[in-house]
Amino acid sequence: MTTHEPLLSIQNLDIAFGVDRAGVVHDLSLRLDRGEILALVGESGSGKSVTVKSVMRLIDQQGGHITGGRILLDTARQEPLDLALMNERQMRKIRGARIAMIFQDPMTSLNPVLTVGAQLVEAVRQHQPFDDGSAKARAIAMLEKVRMTDPLRRFDQYPHELSGGMRQRVMIAMALICEPDILIADEPTTALDVTVQAEILALIRSLQRQTRMGVLFITHDMGVVAEIADRVAVMLHGRIVEEGPVRRVFDAPAHDYTRKLLDAAPKFRQAAISATQAEPCTASPVLSVSHLSTRFPVRSRILRRHVANLHAVEDVSFDLHPRETVAIIGESGCGKSSLAKSLLRLIPTHEGRALLAGRDLLTLGGQALRVARDDIQMIFQDPYAALDPRMSVRQILSEPLRIRGVAADEDHLRALVARVGLPEDSLGRYPHQFSGGQRQRICIARALILRPKVLIADEPVSALDVAIQAQILSLLDELKRDEDLALLFISHDMAVVERVADRILVMHRGMIVEQGPAEAVLSRPAHPYTQRLLEAVPVSHPAARFERLSHPPAATAPIYPLGTDIEPARWQTVGPDHKLREGEYR
Amino acid sequence: MLLYSTRRLAGAIPVLIVVAAVVFTLMQFAPGDAVSMLISDEASDADKARIREAWGLDDPPLMQFLNFLGNAVTGDFGTSFKYKMPVMELVLERLPATIELALAATLVAVAIGIPLGVLAAARPGSLWDSLASTFSFAGISMPNFWIGILLILLFAGHWHLLPSGGRAPWGMGVEPITGFLLLDTLIQGRLDAFWGALKHLALPALVLGTNMTGIITQLTRASVQEALHEDYVMTARAKGLGGMRILWRHAFRNALVGVVTIIGLEFGALLSGAMIVETVFAWPGIGSLLIQGISSRDYPLIIGLVLIYTAIFILVNLLIDLLYTLIDPRIRIN
Repeated sequence: MTTHEPLLSIQNLDIAFGVDRAGVVHDLSLRLDRGEILALVGESGSGKSVTVKSVMRLIDQQGGHITGGRILLDTARQEPLDLALMNERQMRKIRGARIAMIFQDPMTSLNPVLTVGAQLVEAVRQHQPFDDGSAKARAIAMLEKVRMTDPLRRFDQYPHELSGGMRQRVMIAMALICEPDILIADEPTTALDVTVQAEILALIRSLQRQTRMGVLFITHDMGVVAEIADRVAVMLHGRIVEEGPVRRVFDAPAHDYTRKLLDAAPKFRQAAISATQAEPCTASPVLSVSHLSTRFPVRSRILRRHVANLHAVEDVSFDLHPRETVAIIGESGCGKSSLAKSLLRLIPTHEGRALLAGRDLLTLGGQALRVARDDIQMIFQDPYAALDPRMSVRQILSEPLRIRGVAADEDHLRALVARVGLPEDSLGRYPHQFSGGQRQRICIARALILRPKVLIADEPVSALDVAIQAQILSLLDELKRDEDLALLFISHDMAVVERVADRILVMHRGMIVEQGPAEAVLSRPAHPYTQRLLEAVPVSHPAARFERLSHPPAATAPIYPLGTDIEPARWQTVGPDHKLREGEYR
Repeated sequence: MLLYSTRRLAGAIPVLIVVAAVVFTLMQFAPGDAVSMLISDEASDADKARIREAWGLDDPPLMQFLNFLGNAVTGDFGTSFKYKMPVMELVLERLPATIELALAATLVAVAIGIPLGVLAAARPGSLWDSLASTFSFAGISMPNFWIGILLILLFAGHWHLLPSGGRAPWGMGVEPITGFLLLDTLIQGRLDAFWGALKHLALPALVLGTNMTGIITQLTRASVQEALHEDYVMTARAKGLGGMRILWRHAFRNALVGVVTIIGLEFGALLSGAMIVETVFAWPGIGSLLIQGISSRDYPLIIGLVLIYTAIFILVNLLIDLLYTLIDPRIRIN
């Protein structure tokens, strides 16, 4: 025990929601000291977000009430303030000034119609008697501090002109501009790419060290906890079930639930590679892509002239064999989704061939294309958005058949529902009656009803809780073997890729920069970009923490002037089937 | 922006031609004979035939239409049967009155509807919110002419506060410069006349704007409510900003795109509402002119007026689209 007062001390907090005051948080006690990072961990719905929002009293507007307990904030001279008793006017002086918060989704957390500068200046002027000029100077200094490139220009930009990582930096700058004592971070890296996540975590760490503030960090990701936390509190059903120093919690978890969380956490480079190395692919490929390029025109602002091309996919070639999973990895914007959409002919391609069972997918038209599409199906990232809420599962599953004029056979539908592990009575139910994982099973069943040869899965598990992720991945793995499927698996999550992939293609700025057997690419990455991607993956134990080197700024979009000829790919062999693209890395 | 506007305006030409064709066709099928407007029913058949030929009513319909289009290009929309004056001249003389009325009505609707809607959104379920709902539904459902007559009875008939009709007191002696009375009186420094014109404008503008006020209130309330649930509002709250600042600067600015859209669309409804209101208040605008034109089968006048209405509607919507880019930086015109 420390002798001084904790910075923040939550004592026996009860929180209830709604008119009937349904309890959400029960008898919760926590303390946060100066200069420490406390991670609050739990699955979605465990009440962690509600707890930290109640510290800021942000739940009041959402129908939440503090029904018991105290939230004590240390003050310099007087007795600690009990935030639970404060009114809105008093809270306003605390919010932003003494306690600040950053949120999960930087895409929606900044006001789209105000410039970055306006939002920063507003934050500082709310609490400090700055005039416009000095507030602007302070804002620009803050943007520098969060390592934004070109802060003067950023000041006048709108949020939509910035990338996700940049926006999260703006959020951090905004939160820290009044030098608060406490920073609350609510899943601040969940919506970001793994490389960006690593940078943001490092930034929060270094700012926290400089200012000695206390950080309350909410996450569901044990890897992030291992990366950043000093202490951990584990939450389940609105209660803290375990609390302790991060090493102790990882090494000797006391509560079953903590152990479950730690087990479910994807462990990159820890487990034996589970994807059984498929028998050498001697069979002829089911999908053979050669020199595929997809370009989008870039137009000038005023005259809308075609001035350049965005090379979303550039000279991509690969083969996909039956019962094989090929994973495409890379950051958002690297062209992996464009590649999938090109193969499905959802966007027009520039050149190249994609042979599926002897037919070139890219030149088929009309009826022939419709027939070919039976063989190549897709499942999407967000199972909540991918299903029509007004259609029953029966309608969803039989629609692909109906479009082809085939009557749906009830036994067939039942068998399929059973095959993907959905409850027997699913056919008559609607998507909202299912959980996220079950919905993804519906999506998989929908994709399988036409008995495709190739299944493209675009981040199929990234919207799901970790425990559910594992189940969906096993299902895909089984289906692959039983149904002779070839899987093209798009993901940014290295732990997931390690689990499912037989081969890996690394995409960067529209090009494949490295390809090879999964085990080789993951354990002996040859391309600097691959190395950077892998290095950014959170460690799985706090002992493995290391100082990451500061990386060059994120790559620019692959935009080239009209008529630019990209040199055809030259490959250097670095191992059996393991190839590296030659050329400079930008 | 200039290029975009030019392109949009060029795109309006086919729209105007189609509208003219539709109106022209409808008039061909309308019962009755236009000649009866031009000459007394007792006139001899020979006289009627002469008139018919003189006005080109003998030509085949397609010929008549092409003639009309040909002349329209030069700005000549024909001569009114009833007034025996060029349609263009008639319309231009009356147009400012209608625009003045419509703008005033929009101003009324915006000035009442937006604050009412925003405040209702800030406290859903409050007394203020129910008041706003009641008020706006009443505004949406009450017919214009009925409110018009009611207000005339109250303000003009009973309390003698405001005039019951017309656009200005007789013999005011203000030279028409722009045709917009409020502007003309100000230019000439005639504050007394300005006040008189304003009093004449007050009731018709209020009546014409009632419906739009209701719709703007409802839409503002819904859009601001939605914006208040966005993440950036939570961010603003976490910065320690006060309720009013969050409401207006963060929520309302984002809700504005929807509100402006509806103002543009409702402006069209306002123009048709103006026909009734102008008739009730004896307002000398193009709305009452169109009603007179229809009742006297004044075909050239009707076509001319319908085309003017179409053109105004297109212009207003172009203006709204340009406004979007000012409100929301994410919207770019292309």
